[in-house]
Amino acid sequence: MSSQRVKFYQTGTFTVGNRLLNESDRTVQARMDRTNSLNSGHRACQGCGEALGARYALDAVMRATRRQMVAVNATGCLEVFSSPYPESAWEIPWLHSLFGNAPAVASGVAAAYPESAWEIPWLHSLFGNAPAVASGVAAALRAKGKTDIRVIAQGGDGATVDIGFGCLSGMFERNDDVLYVCYDNEAYMNTGVQRSGSTPPRAWTNTTQAVGTEPGNPMGVGKNLPRIAMAHGIPYVATASVADLHDLEAKVTKAMNMRGARYIHIHVPCPLGWKSDPALTIKVARMAVESGLFPLFEAEGGEVTDRTPIRKQVPVERYLELQGRFNHLFHPRDESALGAIQAMADTNIHVYHLLPSEV
Amino acid sequence: MEQKPFAITLNPASSLANHTGNWRTMRPIYVDHLPPCNQVCPAGENIQGWLYEAEEGKYEQAWRKIMEDNPFPAIHGRVCYHPCETACNRSQLDEAVSIHAVERFLGDYAIDQGWQVDPGVATGKRVLVIGAGPSGLSAAYHLARLGHAVTIYEAGPKPGGMMRFGIPQYRLPRNIVDAEIARIVAMGVSIHLNQKVENLETAIKEGGFDAVFLAIGAHLSKRVDIPGRDAGRMIDALGFLKGMEGEAVPKIGRRVVVYGGGNTAIDAARTAKRLGAEETILIYRRDREHMPAHDFEVEEALEEGVLTRWLNMISQVDDTTVTVEEMTLDEQGRPQPTGRFETLEADTLILAVGQEVDTGFLAHVPGLEISSDGVIQVDASMMTGRVGVFAGGDMVPAERTVTVATGHGKKAARNIDAYLRGCDFMKTTPNAVATYDRLNTWYYTDADKSRQPYLDLARRRASFEEVVGGLDKDTALLEARRCLSCGNCFECDTCYGVCPDNAIIKLGPGQRYEVNYDYCKGCGLCAEECPCGAIDMVKEVR
Repeated sequence: MSSQRVKFYQTGTFTVGNRLLNESDRTVQARMDRTNSLNSGHRACQGCGEALGARYALDAVMRATRRQMVAVNATGCLEVFSSPYPESAWEIPWLHSLFGNAPAVASGVAAAYPESAWEIPWLHSLFGNAPAVASGVAAALRAKGKTDIRVIAQGGDGATVDIGFGCLSGMFERNDDVLYVCYDNEAYMNTGVQRSGSTPPRAWTNTTQAVGTEPGNPMGVGKNLPRIAMAHGIPYVATASVADLHDLEAKVTKAMNMRGARYIHIHVPCPLGWKSDPALTIKVARMAVESGLFPLFEAEGGEVTDRTPIRKQVPVERYLELQGRFNHLFHPRDESALGAIQAMADTNIHVYHLLPSEV
Repeated sequence: MEQKPFAITLNPASSLANHTGNWRTMRPIYVDHLPPCNQVCPAGENIQGWLYEAEEGKYEQAWRKIMEDNPFPAIHGRVCYHPCETACNRSQLDEAVSIHAVERFLGDYAIDQGWQVDPGVATGKRVLVIGAGPSGLSAAYHLARLGHAVTIYEAGPKPGGMMRFGIPQYRLPRNIVDAEIARIVAMGVSIHLNQKVENLETAIKEGGFDAVFLAIGAHLSKRVDIPGRDAGRMIDALGFLKGMEGEAVPKIGRRVVVYGGGNTAIDAARTAKRLGAEETILIYRRDREHMPAHDFEVEEALEEGVLTRWLNMISQVDDTTVTVEEMTLDEQGRPQPTGRFETLEADTLILAVGQEVDTGFLAHVPGLEISSDGVIQVDASMMTGRVGVFAGGDMVPAERTVTVATGHGKKAARNIDAYLRGCDFMKTTPNAVATYDRLNTWYYTDADKSRQPYLDLARRRASFEEVVGGLDKDTALLEARRCLSCGNCFECDTCYGVCPDNAIIKLGPGQRYEVNYDYCKGCGLCAEECPCGAIDMVKEVR
């Protein structure tokens, strides 16, 4: 996203804060009064990218909506580590679309929207009904005239690209007034690292072992959900990364200034599932962006409108070598796999014009 | 009993009850590491510290931070050879921060604003400083700040030493020297000019001084043995440069030869050129690479039209000619004769082959040790063999620069102060050095170095106007902001932002941060992402 980068030489605009900038120009995360939507004491692993991404996104939503929001969470790591009974790490109105609170959701929806409430498949799936519940909540709020309260739905890649995909597509198709945030850590992590439709080629997971002639996840599989979301022609689609906080906050804020179905796909490294050093979570995410493997772009009404250029391009190996799930590509070196993954990055760079010289 | 919904037995609770800090095996701690610029500064300036103030536009605070260590920012911003910039970590990223240019801006700005420094509370002790060069003046300044009454005896007609009589005006305008010395005089330091000390012990006794700092510099020019040396017009470089400060400008011929390869030789050659010499040739026994002079000064001399003859040794001098022998360098880089000779037209020969200390007045001081090369021996506290007499600057074994001398003055002042109070000066142990590999340079914006303006060449060749200009306020601010703040937190909020557990507490402007060890899981993200390397991960001990 090519928002104006203020040239404060020492701190640039890449650090979280900047004492040389006006308070209002700093990130939400730099503020002493940030919400901490996901509070301390949650049980995410050390260096969890998803916990970080969720706080980044939701704190930005809280600020953009002046705290008038409700979040609906799909089942997954984010839900499990944040709400072991009876504790909750959430400092925001937060629903998990399980049996326990489903009646509350249902009654809210039913009171306002009796005929169609039961069309929402809110009881069917633990994992995947978050978009539908969120749609229901949004509909209820609209019917009650409370359009100032904004609805967020969020989930991991499993709940989004696989299990909740039908519900999500429905939410998009109806253009429900919901921002859906997908925290993409590229596999089912809380159940023990099984492959999802978002797992990258050649990555090890427990269901794509590093064995055989083409170890890891096969080449040429998986879904590109941001492109699928774009194909619905919804008002706003964006990708973001925990490695670029300014970009992420700007996109979330922009999304909250729009109505209708919006989708933000955030890349969040998982030290456990990626077998990476917890201290390197942001570096790993940064290498994904800087190599071109995870392009940062925005689309409105189905058309790409902007992209965040790569600052210092690196070969994909700089990204892959930090993660144990790609170890088998280096011992011994698998030139054809490395070449194929580099080609994916090169394609992204070409398609999204990711190099600064390519405008 | 409270009614709870079906199958619910516990009240809602917060995750804050869950102290995830007990997962930790490594703990982050905030540290201050020593920036390489500070490490190498001969005057011991806290460069990162004053750049930190300057980049917020707090120029007076920045200037006062310099003044804690060095009373001559405007002078050093011009003539210091800035080893800090050689050490600067930013040179490995793009180009070193132009520290000297910012220092010069602050120094000039302070002169404009008329900022002064207050002397300390009077101690009643009296200290004699001999020599009003950079070292003596620096010692006097620091002693005055510590509350001691300081008297300076200076043999020359004006204070400043080599800053006035050695460094040409086009590098260091005299109004700058005057202004920075006047500030020291305003603190109550009294300078007695034209007062050469003939006998140290008598001077101490008559003045009733409690301690002495010797800082007479090295003002005697060395001689070389050249056949026919009394013939022709031969002058020494120091006398020549000193003569520029007198009433009558030294007379030189149309073809001037300067012999030597140090900074003084360059200064003499550039001065001769400005005085109107048609041809100025610098002759040096070795090649450019082996010259002791700083390369940027050689470059500036060449730009101004100074000619050079590397690998030439003067073997004979006559009325109108100089005979040189071509040399070759052996494996150790030493010049060896080749037997090939050449004769050059020259009507003036300026010798710049080194300087010596005039130690005559110290001959009968008991305990004071003068080594065979004519310099004074001092201990770690800069005290000579004579108790209560300290020495520094060019007259003790060290590199001979204004900055080293100024640093000696500070060090001696602190030790003299301790001596007068009857204790030892306790130097704090410096922190570990903030090396480049500790930085996460991704966070720093690309930023080209600011360039100082240069006087145009025609005027450089013909006048003594200052060659290098200063930065304006805006440029100085941007240059200060190029500092990476190596090893010292600059409150960028990155640790506060990147912690997935909200375990970093932001304490507010100027207060930095604290780790909340109740929740810190010890992942190390904060330490890894910290741009300036101000967080260490250490083993958790329970």
